[in-house]
Amino acid sequence: MAEFLQFLFSGLTVGAVYALIALGFTLIYNASDVINFAQGEFVMLGGMSTVFLALAGVPLPLAALLAIVLTIAAGFALHRGAIEPARDASPVTLIMITIGASIFIRGAAQVVFDKRFHSLPPLLGSEPISLGGATLLPQSLVVLAGGAVIVVLLWLFIDRTLVGKAIIATAANRLAARLVGINTRRIVGLAFAISAAIGAVAGILVTPLTLTSYDVGTLLALKGFAAAMLGGIGSALGAVIGGLILGMLEAFGAGYISSKYKDAVAFLIILAVLFAMPQGLLGRGRVERV
Amino acid sequence: MRALIEHRLGALLVIGVIAVLLPLTFPSAYYYRVAALVFIFALAAVGLNLLMGFAGQVSLGHAGFLGIGAYAVAIGPTHFELASWLCVVGGGVLSGLIAFVVGRPVLQLKGHYLAVATLGFGLLVFIVLSNEAGWTGGPDGMPVPRLELFSWRARGPDTWYWISAATFLLAAVLALNLIDSPTGRALRAIHDSEVAARVLGVDVARQKLAVFVVSAIYASVAGSYIALFNGHITPDIAGFLRSIELVAMVVLGGMGSIAGSLVGAAVLVLLPQMLTGLHDYEQMMLGLIIMGFMIFLRQGIVPGLTAARDRWRS
Repeated sequence: MAEFLQFLFSGLTVGAVYALIALGFTLIYNASDVINFAQGEFVMLGGMSTVFLALAGVPLPLAALLAIVLTIAAGFALHRGAIEPARDASPVTLIMITIGASIFIRGAAQVVFDKRFHSLPPLLGSEPISLGGATLLPQSLVVLAGGAVIVVLLWLFIDRTLVGKAIIATAANRLAARLVGINTRRIVGLAFAISAAIGAVAGILVTPLTLTSYDVGTLLALKGFAAAMLGGIGSALGAVIGGLILGMLEAFGAGYISSKYKDAVAFLIILAVLFAMPQGLLGRGRVERV
Repeated sequence: MRALIEHRLGALLVIGVIAVLLPLTFPSAYYYRVAALVFIFALAAVGLNLLMGFAGQVSLGHAGFLGIGAYAVAIGPTHFELASWLCVVGGGVLSGLIAFVVGRPVLQLKGHYLAVATLGFGLLVFIVLSNEAGWTGGPDGMPVPRLELFSWRARGPDTWYWISAATFLLAAVLALNLIDSPTGRALRAIHDSEVAARVLGVDVARQKLAVFVVSAIYASVAGSYIALFNGHITPDIAGFLRSIELVAMVVLGGMGSIAGSLVGAAVLVLLPQMLTGLHDYEQMMLGLIIMGFMIFLRQGIVPGLTAARDRWRS
């Protein structure tokens, strides 16, 4: 039981990070039909900028805030500089642009920052909490709580504000949204900015646990993408559920089967789910118009 | 139609002539080496282009087949004392079989779901190659014995230049024949609309599977060549970044253009070689160039330039 709890805790912690990344994928996909493979770089930028601002003597909370602002600027620049000029291009072309962007951001990070691993001090100390025989680091709770807060805030924003409604309208039908007077270009830019912010927060929260370096983004983007697809692309709830499931699959796979094959276990189960449910867990089927 | 076919093979003839004349300008063996790599990657890219450009199916895991081909020529001769050329063939057959088995369920998925499923497949191959150290040497990789044909040993970049150029041309001719066959027409119908293709009586699942198997064999042979050429192989050959690189070659050069795959492979093989002088700025430059190409020539280099030329003429 203690073992089970241990795996559950670590799975949920990692899963929360995947969920946030998947949420970023979903937000941008819904607003613009773009799969943004630079999503993982936002996570890296959040963590690495905080580390280096803190090293430069900026107090930690301010450093975190500045890092988020910086990442938002990067997200905005990505939209304005690379996505917007090619907005009529095919989906594959747009994916290649985001991959080019992620290579660029990674390259810039290794020049501006460095190639070493870095950490941040945990928010609530590093004294492990004992719970039912398993131990839990306070930072794990911070990650989970932070994830939950972001999900709730995002939901409130989308569901309760006029701008949020505009995002929903843009996601549903871009042309119709434009016809009722929504500036869809600005909405898509906003989606990139929010996704960047979510990624940055995830990066800052998880850095004390998993460390960060200039190249952590690729793997995180890959996992976040898989989580979003598992949940069903376009569904925010699906993204969160997909992320948590993926995190737990990895943790239990590593614990009970083989730590070397944990990614294999996770992907085999994702494949099995997709074969049974080709639209993911919560995705809706799209009817092809001929 | 007749003129079109002749025109297409004409492009290949030009490539063939260039391939023969190009070495006259090579000042050193290093140039043979890079050019050989261009043809080898172009071989894999042509296969992937059949799948992506003509059938419209994305694969983010094609480096998995590259890996299977590469390790076939590494493991076969080392552990089973098989002839290398037999292992190239064996790797191709194995890749084709795996593609046949995996493709059946995977190709039912569409769009981004297909992308994540193929990504998962590539990752599985990578994980197995990294972890089964007894067979593969693990993350450090393993040496690959040289290719021997009847006591003639293929070594040296110039030999491999001719082998890879010849194989690429052969593969390109086969690909063009496939495109102009009923299968090719069916694939283009699937690309435009699966439903419409089905209504017209195209066996969508079978045609997609056929092209997936062909593209897997192309990638596998390319993987075998890379392994034999380098003499050493690591699991990175099957990694996610390699898969992305292959997709980038196809998209950059132009989806649905065989010559484009060669151009795309050339750009992505040559760029890192040319950018090494920039040291730390290499990656930034690479990212910028990829973005620039995709923004300004969004259909890919070859179709984009062709369209520009046509506009200029008229």
